[in-house]
Amino acid sequence: MTGTSEGEESAPEASEMGCTDTVEVAAGTPDQPQPYAELGLTAGEYRKVREVLGRRPTAAELALYSVMWSEHCSYKSSRVHLRKLAPAPAQSGALLAGIGSNAGVVDIGQGYAVTFKIESHNHPSFVEPHQGAATGVGGIVRDILAMGARPVAVMDALRFGPADAPDTGRVLPGVVSGISFYGNCLGLPNIGGELAFDPCYAGNPLVNALCVGVMRHGDLKAAVARGAGNKVILFGSRTGPDGIGGASVLASATFEEASAAKRPSVQVGDPFMEKLLVECCLELYAAGLVEGIQDLGAAGVACATTELAAGGSGGMRVSLDAVPLRDPSLGPAEILMSESQERMMAVAAPASVPAFLEICGKWDVEATVIGEVTGDGRLTMTWHGETVVDIPPGTAADGPVCRRPIARPADAGALAARDPAALPRPAGGAALRADLLAMLGSADLADKTWVTEQYDRYVGGNTVLAMPEDGGVLRIDEQTGLGIALATDGNGRFCRLDPYQGTQLALSEAYRNVAVTGARPVAVTNCLNLGSPEDPAVMWQLAEAVRGLADGCAALSIPVTGGNVSLYNQTGTTAIHPTPVIGVLGVLADVRRRVPSGFAADGADIMLLGRTRPEFGGSAWAHLLHGHLGGRPPEPDLDAERRLAGLIAAAAAAGLLCAAHDLSDGGLAVALAESCLSGGRGCRAELPGEAFTYLFAESAARAVAAPRPGLAGEFRSLCDEHGVPAERIGVTGGDSLDIGGCFSIPLAELSAAHTRTLPALFG
Amino acid sequence: MARVIVDVMLKPEIHDPQGEAVLGACHRLGFGQVSGVRQGKRFEIEIDGPAGEASLAAIAGLAGELLANPVIEDFSVHAAELPGRRHSPGSLRACG
Repeated sequence: MTGTSEGEESAPEASEMGCTDTVEVAAGTPDQPQPYAELGLTAGEYRKVREVLGRRPTAAELALYSVMWSEHCSYKSSRVHLRKLAPAPAQSGALLAGIGSNAGVVDIGQGYAVTFKIESHNHPSFVEPHQGAATGVGGIVRDILAMGARPVAVMDALRFGPADAPDTGRVLPGVVSGISFYGNCLGLPNIGGELAFDPCYAGNPLVNALCVGVMRHGDLKAAVARGAGNKVILFGSRTGPDGIGGASVLASATFEEASAAKRPSVQVGDPFMEKLLVECCLELYAAGLVEGIQDLGAAGVACATTELAAGGSGGMRVSLDAVPLRDPSLGPAEILMSESQERMMAVAAPASVPAFLEICGKWDVEATVIGEVTGDGRLTMTWHGETVVDIPPGTAADGPVCRRPIARPADAGALAARDPAALPRPAGGAALRADLLAMLGSADLADKTWVTEQYDRYVGGNTVLAMPEDGGVLRIDEQTGLGIALATDGNGRFCRLDPYQGTQLALSEAYRNVAVTGARPVAVTNCLNLGSPEDPAVMWQLAEAVRGLADGCAALSIPVTGGNVSLYNQTGTTAIHPTPVIGVLGVLADVRRRVPSGFAADGADIMLLGRTRPEFGGSAWAHLLHGHLGGRPPEPDLDAERRLAGLIAAAAAAGLLCAAHDLSDGGLAVALAESCLSGGRGCRAELPGEAFTYLFAESAARAVAAPRPGLAGEFRSLCDEHGVPAERIGVTGGDSLDIGGCFSIPLAELSAAHTRTLPALFG
Repeated sequence: MARVIVDVMLKPEIHDPQGEAVLGACHRLGFGQVSGVRQGKRFEIEIDGPAGEASLAAIAGLAGELLANPVIEDFSVHAAELPGRRHSPGSLRACG
């Protein structure tokens, strides 16, 4: 192999001297200088490792602590804040496993449980877009698999620099092809997600991958190594020099700092091996051969062994010589840090091992016993018969806790003072019409078919709704029609203006997207994308975002089941907008009652639900038409969101609705245009107040709903019952979007503006 | 006119699932002596004029930009020794 990564530079003294840096050697050479700084540990953290061990760490131990204590694995900067997300008992009634597990697990009834999680793969996707995005899908799928579930669908929330920037032309097509390659080969439908553009993501795209899996209640698995004498089995792909140092160097340092020599090798995924691994694991679970299981992601064997050992009661002894290698020149530190894809680690009773290995053989999955569970509370590892790791596993798994300084950004006041009320507004119907067409044709709001048609949305035959619907809907049980709905949302502009409210708005929108399909929202996952935690302003954004999410979930009475924090998303000293991406899971008692977003029938009344206020801070109109960001974001109203969701769920269950669509980016005008285009018919609407505000304001807790012709009266009574303000604004039908007294746009013109943008940009 | 060859291979440390799949197929077909396969691609590029130093440098620039992904692949550039002779499956069979 070529010597380019930190791992190799660090481990090396040993091989160069022809002897291994064993625990014994380390104890006898306390003063030997060690490259802790190059591995990303601070002097204080290195001292802490020495205190914990009572000696200097061996090269392998140093590698292990450096990856486990990296920001990526330890959440050291965010942990003090994330504690706020622990759900109160009132929120967690349906929760079977929560934060701290590989993924949260929620009871959805009829004996089914659903597990879902969203995770970032931002930096790898910038370095090598196709492989980075592909392995992002693979990693989150294994997280779901490790909970005992069959992965059933994926979604991706993507954010890039300006759509016409040259680097976006490199990154976006690669990311989309990587996601479609891995997900399609694996046979998982991609049922939704997001695509957004902003200059703040140039040089730092956000690639957040979500996976959802289904299991029966009794199938839940845990990442624990229990029972002295039980065997530790590594199975899946062989271990090679993939992404060595990735966890600590790639995910935690900025690109500028990463010199060419520091760049770790890119990981290349193999979705066909992952498919074998999925089926193999599910058969192992069904046969009752697995006591504990952990996927291998960032920090590979180091992370899997320490987390399994720390999760159990005893200890673990591992022989690193037993790890099957793709490259025989790897040493112990490199084996520990390797991020080779498509690997899992299981704990099995000795009597189960032959059956375990036989099932793996059947699926062509290489499996090797590499160690066993012990009762001594230590994680020990040997190499060529000598001990190279001997640590209390909890010290590596828990990691340090940083209380980093927090300060409100210096420009917060100036930003809030830039009131969008000062922007010139379109005067008259022709100007309003032109603004709407410009917004629909912008990359942000344009039709996303160019992306989503590369994904297989229907494989498996259980996809009920997918893009361009507000939320993806999957059937879980064919007999009863039980199903789930999923949506992700984030809005960097709102969060830049106010991370507390912006995060609540993202939560509100994902919640509303799930609700308008007719589903009852039940759980939340989140991926917090932010800049450097060493910047007090970023830490303030993080603290505010977490506080907003915690308060928001409490108000909605749903739990956060898990998630991921991605820090150091910045170019130079400029951080991205704080961008929490919130995923919401909902349950539909019967997917045959789901509500589509398109106007599916002629002659249906169109009802505007919720209150519209002149709220334009951070809006799509201000951003797209004026490049403006300032003022206050819209006011979240969680109580109103809850009532709206209750109304749509009740109306859907009663079969009253032929369409419902949430109002978000671009307001009512964009929502009506989208519902016309996806339903293939026009509408005539009269605005109940000042045209510009009604068309483009982005007030929260709003939707348009179309009751089935003849059932409008019943729907109205239901609106009153749920305390949701409702106004009849028009009727579906015709072949144009007709806003009375303002403008009329033929569907053909609307469609042309909406659909030509992405193909023109990306071919 | 001259012909320039560009060979593109994944860097040695990069995982090659395609090569592994070919290796598996070798064993299934009874070629047990095959112990490793790595798969790359070869470009045969026709240029006007001789394959001199300047042409080769220009082709190397092209390879870095278009033919190879330098993040995960290495490439080499050389002038073709002889007018390209093709090996078709038929000719291989004929060679025995």
